[in-house]
Amino acid sequence: MSAAPLLEVQDLLVRRGGATVLEVASLALAPGDVLALIGPNGAGKSTLLLTLAALLAPAAGTVRFQGEALDSERRRQAFRRRVTMVFQEPLLFDTTVGGNIATGLGLHGVTGAECTRRVQEAAERFGIAHLLDRSARRLSGGEGQRTALARALALRPELLLLDEPFSALDPPTRSGLMDDLGRILGDTGTTAVLATHDQAEAARLATRLAVLKDGRILQEGGLRQVMNHPGDPFVATFVGMESLLPCRVIAATEGLLTLAVGGQEIIAVGEAELGQGVLVGIRPEHVTLSLQIDKTSSARNQVPGTVTKVIPWGPFHRVELSCGFDLCTWVTPQSLSELALAPGRPVVAAFKATAVHVIRTDSQGGPEPLG
Amino acid sequence: MDLIWEGLRQALALLLALDPEVLGITLLSLKVSGLATLISVVLGLGAAVAVALNEFPGKRVVIALMNTGMGLPPVVVGLFVTVLLWRNGPFGFLGILYTPAAIILAQAVIATPIIAGLGLAALQHLPPALRLQILSLGATRSQMIWLLLKEARLPLLAAVMAGFGGVISEVGASIMVGGNLKGSTRVLTTATVMETSRGNFEVAFALSFILLVLAFSVNALLTHLQQRGRPR
Repeated sequence: MSAAPLLEVQDLLVRRGGATVLEVASLALAPGDVLALIGPNGAGKSTLLLTLAALLAPAAGTVRFQGEALDSERRRQAFRRRVTMVFQEPLLFDTTVGGNIATGLGLHGVTGAECTRRVQEAAERFGIAHLLDRSARRLSGGEGQRTALARALALRPELLLLDEPFSALDPPTRSGLMDDLGRILGDTGTTAVLATHDQAEAARLATRLAVLKDGRILQEGGLRQVMNHPGDPFVATFVGMESLLPCRVIAATEGLLTLAVGGQEIIAVGEAELGQGVLVGIRPEHVTLSLQIDKTSSARNQVPGTVTKVIPWGPFHRVELSCGFDLCTWVTPQSLSELALAPGRPVVAAFKATAVHVIRTDSQGGPEPLG
Repeated sequence: MDLIWEGLRQALALLLALDPEVLGITLLSLKVSGLATLISVVLGLGAAVAVALNEFPGKRVVIALMNTGMGLPPVVVGLFVTVLLWRNGPFGFLGILYTPAAIILAQAVIATPIIAGLGLAALQHLPPALRLQILSLGATRSQMIWLLLKEARLPLLAAVMAGFGGVISEVGASIMVGGNLKGSTRVLTTATVMETSRGNFEVAFALSFILLVLAFSVNALLTHLQQRGRPR
């Protein structure tokens, strides 16, 4: 991060009903960042967004916007004119689509021809210009959320906060809107924070990623950094690294590790000491299946195993294997029938050494294995 | 049946003749109940907004009291207001018992809880996050309240109609605190009661007819306001 932070959070503490629901030691956003907050329900994502939106006063700690602390209701009120939040439900006013966008602008003192122009511009951006005269009560879920986003972005906020704006939409609608929003955020250079429980959504829109659990940020960093180097088993599973294997280092040479796990040996890229216990993670999409070992493949790891479970998973099937350790992968319906994958079927699972991510190393030769 | 036809005929005659006494009674009814409703809108909506937007201990009890107040019997209100305004009563010095002001006061006491209770229900029916959404669009607190009221305008105007309907048709309190004094506190309902008890059914019918038209006209106006500007 080279630019000065736009938003800075320090030692934030939010309580509700006497219980601490959010505790953030520090968090910073540079202009143009799109930060995704991911975590399960109740992790504190919405609470953090409401605090960043200055809609919730923290019990302790400071939120700074462009260096100025939002420490009084007057300052929070002024700040709320520079930030906008979009919720899971569109929360539209009982008027037309155009009226909704204009209401937001009216609150900012934008009226007349300038208002009309900006309503039109925002509506065109979100592909709802043909709906401007339609009642907001007669919109589909996707159109409603587009209206809510247009209303928010018409205000040209310096910070846009999005609280699971796609989670109530069906998958094709969600996908189209995500593409449009991603493009608009890029075009306008808007700094944004997006709360979601879907890592794919985060991967598509965000430049930075923070994983929350029980009101705390477990890990925060660049998108690739967190996705590929989760620092914690919970983060690993939440960012889609579903197979977590506790291993022991039996050889270490020039950045390559040979690891023992469940009676098998696998090769990983990473640094660790001989004899050390390490936890590694493998993404399902990095595991391929075949019926026999392929000598011509560049995949350094080819381990025989048995299919234990096949679960239909949207357009794919999720296949779980036992190779002495548990592994899972996704296959297409074609592969499923071509390889005749069913429980009990012997297969070979292949994955590259670079697909094995070291998540955690035990303290030097620690006696207790990871589990 | 004849009685009804004769009543309608005479009502029309009284109306067309612009009988000054009937006209006076009608205008007084409209003025008294209109002002009472206006006061109730200010107090009732104020209370509804205050309760809807704030969390405080005992909120449920307050809401229960407001809802109970919606069913306040006019005669009970009449009794209390009479006692309070009685010459030796705590507010006797005002000297407004048996004046239109007393009827306005009593009717406001009847209509305020109706508008407050239905208004609160209307505001509580809005999505809870709407308030946060409005604030996050940069609204001040008063702009937020205005937008919430606008958003709930359908049920809110229904609440106003219920309040007005309650007091324009109310007779018990009006008779008790107004006294049905000719030319001063005689309103449509109290006059109807009096004419009926005297056996002047034609006049009673005429007054009832006017009352119905009045109630209808005011509600038609409010309905127009309610439905205006609604996109289809």
